[in-house]
Amino acid sequence: MAETVRRRGRTGYLLIIPGALWLLVFFAFPFYSLIATSLYDPTGSDFRGYQMTYAFGNYVDVVEAYWQPLLRSLLYGAIATFFCLVLGYVLAYAIAFKSGRYKTLMLVLVIAPFLTSFLVRTLSWKLLLADDGFIVNTLQLLQVLGDDGRLLATPFAVVAGLTYNFLPFMVLPLFASLDKMDYRLIEASRDLYGNPVVSFFKVTWPLSLPGVVSGTLLTFIPAVGDFINAELLGNTNTRMIGNVVQSLFTDANDYPAAGALSVILMTMILAMVLVYVRRAGTEELL
Amino acid sequence: MSAVQATGSTGSTGRRPAAKPPRRSPFAWLREHVVLILGILVLAYTFVPIAVVVLMSFNEPISEQSKIYEFNGFTLDNWLNPCEDPSMCSALGRSIEIGLLATLLATLLGTLAAFALVRHQFKGRSTSNLLIFMPMAAPEIVLGSSLLAMFVAAGLAGQLGFWTIFIAHVMFCLSFVVVTVRARLAGMDDALEQAAMDLYATPAQTFWKITFPLVFPGILGAAMLSFSLSFDDFIVTNLNSGNTTTFPMYVWGVSRRSVPMQINVVGTVMIVISLAIVLIGQSRARRQAA
Repeated sequence: MAETVRRRGRTGYLLIIPGALWLLVFFAFPFYSLIATSLYDPTGSDFRGYQMTYAFGNYVDVVEAYWQPLLRSLLYGAIATFFCLVLGYVLAYAIAFKSGRYKTLMLVLVIAPFLTSFLVRTLSWKLLLADDGFIVNTLQLLQVLGDDGRLLATPFAVVAGLTYNFLPFMVLPLFASLDKMDYRLIEASRDLYGNPVVSFFKVTWPLSLPGVVSGTLLTFIPAVGDFINAELLGNTNTRMIGNVVQSLFTDANDYPAAGALSVILMTMILAMVLVYVRRAGTEELL
Repeated sequence: MSAVQATGSTGSTGRRPAAKPPRRSPFAWLREHVVLILGILVLAYTFVPIAVVVLMSFNEPISEQSKIYEFNGFTLDNWLNPCEDPSMCSALGRSIEIGLLATLLATLLGTLAAFALVRHQFKGRSTSNLLIFMPMAAPEIVLGSSLLAMFVAAGLAGQLGFWTIFIAHVMFCLSFVVVTVRARLAGMDDALEQAAMDLYATPAQTFWKITFPLVFPGILGAAMLSFSLSFDDFIVTNLNSGNTTTFPMYVWGVSRRSVPMQINVVGTVMIVISLAIVLIGQSRARRQAA
């Protein structure tokens, strides 16, 4: 296939400028505002206005006050991403190699449940996990849960909700990279290695790494910043960083603290993504 | 290390799929299909809450006092009176309105940008790519709080509402439109366009008769994706909405009080409509291919 020739001239600029300008004004510039807000004098308020005092102490204050939700978000995000990877890999593998002529149908069914409202979906998990609900009663009967054991309003429920809600972000990139793979390679490795487990870890897994990397990122990032699951399925001890930022902005009107927390979250995610992509990249070369 | 295991089992050649498999034991069948069965189980799990949504849309209303959200009895009332709480329907209408407007602008700007990135050479390409990628890599809470910080700094804290939500939605839908349309454009062979040019079609004719119809499915897909992103967004919207309420915000609000069963009617209708769109698109694509 011939490489498309890129035309030079003014048209390119005319086409890119409207979209790029929108993102500059409403994405890049706001991020600068956020950093500025995080350095305002913390004693200011909505009514009296804020003074720019380069109050770097805001950062120290919010880390001292909110290190727990911050770490908790990373932890919940990582656990949910791990479960998504396990469930998503099985599903993506089944669709890519085992579904035969039902491939398209199964792909549609992967996305379908996530076309209903996020909040309505999460509320229905609230019902499913409720005390005295079917799941809790069954688990109590099987003695997995104690008689006063519960699922709703526990970290388990929050992680389960995160896992559920972000699963398609894992399945689709995994499917994309598995589907591109030449199945004959797997067959050849079965002939050579014999053991399906060895051939999975020697052939299938390394070849699917690009999908694993993008899937885990696409799951982890929104999961860390999410607060809907923590609010609807958790309790006051499962608050995540999103809950804190949102309530600082909308309830407490403490803009500098909320801004500082947002900047910290963004920086941490960027740093982790860079390290992760670099490490995954080198592993792929090895 | 693996060589040892390999030599241990190279003798078994029966695993290769034969043309006509002999009768196998149920255990062999199970081993053959274990991945597919597990996959279907995962798929079934994703439908569990959907089943609850559909079921609850036929539930009798829950009394104001009762905090428990459970199935009381079958009724069609919720379907017959979807707007029993008028504020739900006005929130729903607002979400649809914002969704349509934001989709229109995001699809337009995003499609233009995708053409620029695939078909044109200009300075700042890699910067543009980064600018388009970043909103997708940032958590929603950061996108929302950045925009709010800017609106407040610009003295617009009192004007938050319909238009600030619209601005935010266009912003985060734009990147997804660019990525979707760009994928379609990049995968396209330009031989047809070159043939049209060779046959003396003007650039405008070539574009509208050849290029646009070929890219259109990508644009349509991008528009549907962006509508569903906009319609379902809560985190960014909530921060930039002032006193305006969209459907997800309505659900958030009632989730702390008693939940009207009508939200499940909306949830059911959403999934039915989107499934219908996808399946109609599929069958049409198949008919065209045949």
